[in-house]
Amino acid sequence: MKGFEFFEPTTLAEASQLFAQEHTQLLAGGTDLVIGMKALTEAPQSVISLQKIPGLAGVTTEADGSISVGAMTKVREVELSADVQKHHTALAEGAAEIGSIQIRNLATIGGNIAHASPAADTVAGLLVADAQVDIASADGERSVSIDELFTGPGQTVLTPGEIIIRFRLPSPASGSHYIKHKIREVMDLAFIGVAAAVNLDNGTITDARIGLAAVAPTPIRATEAENLLRGNELTSELLQQAGEAAAAASSPISDLRCSAEHRREMVDVLTRRTLQGAVARA
Amino acid sequence: MAKHPVSLTVNGDEHDLLVEPRKTLLAILRDTIGLTGTKEGCSTGDCGACTVIVDGKAVTSCMVLGVTASGKEITTIEGLASDGELHPVQQAFINTGGYQCGFCTPGFIMASKVLLDENPDRTEEEFRHALGGNICRCTGYTKILEAVLEAAEEVRTTA
Repeated sequence: MKGFEFFEPTTLAEASQLFAQEHTQLLAGGTDLVIGMKALTEAPQSVISLQKIPGLAGVTTEADGSISVGAMTKVREVELSADVQKHHTALAEGAAEIGSIQIRNLATIGGNIAHASPAADTVAGLLVADAQVDIASADGERSVSIDELFTGPGQTVLTPGEIIIRFRLPSPASGSHYIKHKIREVMDLAFIGVAAAVNLDNGTITDARIGLAAVAPTPIRATEAENLLRGNELTSELLQQAGEAAAAASSPISDLRCSAEHRREMVDVLTRRTLQGAVARA
Repeated sequence: MAKHPVSLTVNGDEHDLLVEPRKTLLAILRDTIGLTGTKEGCSTGDCGACTVIVDGKAVTSCMVLGVTASGKEITTIEGLASDGELHPVQQAFINTGGYQCGFCTPGFIMASKVLLDENPDRTEEEFRHALGGNICRCTGYTKILEAVLEAAEEVRTTA
């Protein structure tokens, strides 16, 4: 690991000013950055820790039922939060899929998202929760929808100095479910990840959201499949159509982990399974 | 690069150190403080050999910059026994022979210790899953699991 200057600002304004400089990196949980610095794929001149800035960690349920998750909240806390488990099950399930307990005790949800891996395990759950991403800089705050955050692998709309500070999850779906397609039970990267969330009214789907990870340059929503579902009951025929529409929305690559064909086929399969799971919970 | 003051409480002892920011907690424990019971396996967080307990949570110390651990309470394998008495997890590893070359053992014991503190009522399947971040290169998992289950039984009955 190369040497670097280390900063521990106590305010967001200070952190943002430091982070606006070139050759800087933010340190949240460190599970990506420290490994990257050891491998020399990352060699920042300055590392800016967010650990000492108050108010960035924790899960809060607001009076209107919406849930706010601070960017510095440990993934393990997201996984174990009773409110996240109950109202955004897919997000809790995604958090539980990351690395090992030891890694989840270090890693943060903000880091998982800011790293902008298309395969991030919390991203599909945030997509189907319609999460708003609050971003701070020296100029103040702004918000973007999670489906507008990513521009490519490792790329986001964040500009120099901008820091993700929290995720706001508006009114919950009545049921949601995340499935990670993988080989190992733990400590594996997703071949693909699929989340589905539904609202039901007397068996009719009033709203449906499907989030896909690791099947396109960025995490995506399968909007065509969602449109097919809205206003209908979940028949086996509709389930099949939704799975096919989600697969058609994907544009996976082949790599050493598996082929594009396999990934596309599994989008179809897992879209059906996650929808069934979400409806069963609704 | 400027060194930073770091205060660590390790196994109850306070250490006031001046460290380079790029030093990991693992490197500080082993090279600076001299506690070599914690092992470095993969160096990338995959194997769990470097597991220590920081403020009650098991973490892979190879991924932690020492400067970020300042002010925290750290327990390593050297701090598990009290008054000459082994922790039930340590004793159970001896009773079952839950090790072969022994390199992964400190990590397994520290990870298991927290699991038992949190909830000793886990099923065998749950313990297997929760220990998924610890790898035994000798593949001696059967005896390791026996040790953890025996320690869980011990903790349940003496609680």
